[in-house]
Amino acid sequence: MSGQPCQPSGRQIKAIKATLFVLCLVPLTRLAWGAWQDALGANPIEFIQNSLGTWTLNFLLITLTLSPLRKYSGWHWLLRLRRMLGLFAFCYALLHLASYLWLDQFFDWQAIAKDIVKRPFITVGMAAFILLVPLAATSNNAMIRRLGGRRWQQLHRSIYVIAIFGVLHYWWLVKRDVTLPAVYAMLLFLLLLVRAFWREQERQRQLAGGRPAKAFTIVAKR
Amino acid sequence: MLIQRPADIPPSEITPRALFEKRRELLKGIAGTALAVALPFSAQAGEGLNYARSSPFNTAEKPTPYQDVTHYNNFYEFGTDKSDPAEQAQALKTRPWQIAIEGLVKRPKTLAIDDLIRLVPLEERIYRMRCVEGWSMVIPWIGLPLAALLKQVEPLGSAKYVEFVSAADPKIMPGVRSSVLDWPYLEGLRLDEAMQPLTLLAASLYGEVLPKQNGAPLRLVVPWKYGFKGAKSIVKIRLTDRQPQTAWMKAAPNEYGFYSNVNPAVDHPRWSQATERRIGEFFKRKTLLFNGYGDQVAKLYAGMDLKKYF
Repeated sequence: MSGQPCQPSGRQIKAIKATLFVLCLVPLTRLAWGAWQDALGANPIEFIQNSLGTWTLNFLLITLTLSPLRKYSGWHWLLRLRRMLGLFAFCYALLHLASYLWLDQFFDWQAIAKDIVKRPFITVGMAAFILLVPLAATSNNAMIRRLGGRRWQQLHRSIYVIAIFGVLHYWWLVKRDVTLPAVYAMLLFLLLLVRAFWREQERQRQLAGGRPAKAFTIVAKR
Repeated sequence: MLIQRPADIPPSEITPRALFEKRRELLKGIAGTALAVALPFSAQAGEGLNYARSSPFNTAEKPTPYQDVTHYNNFYEFGTDKSDPAEQAQALKTRPWQIAIEGLVKRPKTLAIDDLIRLVPLEERIYRMRCVEGWSMVIPWIGLPLAALLKQVEPLGSAKYVEFVSAADPKIMPGVRSSVLDWPYLEGLRLDEAMQPLTLLAASLYGEVLPKQNGAPLRLVVPWKYGFKGAKSIVKIRLTDRQPQTAWMKAAPNEYGFYSNVNPAVDHPRWSQATERRIGEFFKRKTLLFNGYGDQVAKLYAGMDLKKYF
């Protein structure tokens, strides 16, 4: 089950985090540079919107990949990258939403309200974003302490619903060719399946009278 | 807050109609003479074309840059990405090319493309193009009115509709090898829509031979309808007494109707059609009923419920 033991030192973790932070900014930097250089094609605004949406989904899926990766590699320190990746998912979602509110609707709140009510892909996208807000707001050690580990964990399980909503949002907006949304759906399905499998394993273990597996460490070490 | 733009003023409101019509006749005469002298068109790209300029139907809006018109468009035969056509369509061989005009007509014809475009004087038409996806362009086409071609084959009294069949060659068209649509691409118009003077068979844009990615050698342009009604790389035009099935109606009948007239009040089931982004502009603009061609075409739909016949 576990791979080679791999435990970077505190300093190495810091370096990994710093590198990851820069990497997470690459898509955004590329967009900004492309916009500046007018290299985003005939419809740069559509390109920016789609790209921000795609990267929101990418970050959501990457965040959801960390737990299985940790479990199967035995690299427990991977979990310490999760908060940053989750917060980047939120940042890209926020920019994606902002581009819609500003560039698409120019803050025409009536039209926006109508869109949210009438367009299922916008309804579900907006719902996903609203559900993301409390997760972003509680992504710090103080909030974990205030909520308590169990309640915090329960709250953060909504990431599964958010990811499903995110993929639906993509699926429903595509005109005809759903190849890419289907790829995201498949990946998400696998990530959820792994968790369902764990849950079942845990249930079996409890039925057999075994002791529950140790809960994951939630508070990231500084 | 919305940035309001003045409504587009049809040129016919600026110049008195009589003067306009005189000018049209004059231009037609000039074009006719020019055509008789010089061959209007050749398969070689970049070679000059003779055509009548300043159609009264031309919009005065700024044309979308050539690069954007030719590198951002839909042509599902070559892929579903809007950059696919420019990359993939170069494999299309547009000469020799035959177009059959058949069905309920007195004189069915099969014409080589180079003969077809010499049937009548070509005309420049600078039209707005509104895509069902919510973006729009202004494109300077050159072509012949579909009505001129249809008159040559003499539609029978029983003919009520016109069906357009596009080329579908799985060997060179990656999209045709997929099941994204039911091939070949089919489109259709009511006969009176087909005879409307705005309806154009385009063989060129920006004065050059129509680029392959834009539907060479001949494509339909119906400026008051969503862009997908403009069948590309046409191989057959068939007159029928029954409303033809179209590729998009087959794919999603609740989303794409036979008429598909541009209408800001009739939304696509999944997105709004109230606004559009003109390529090259920052903010969206309001979409106009019949894409702003209501003066010419609204009468075709008098008394029809446009929400029902979408």
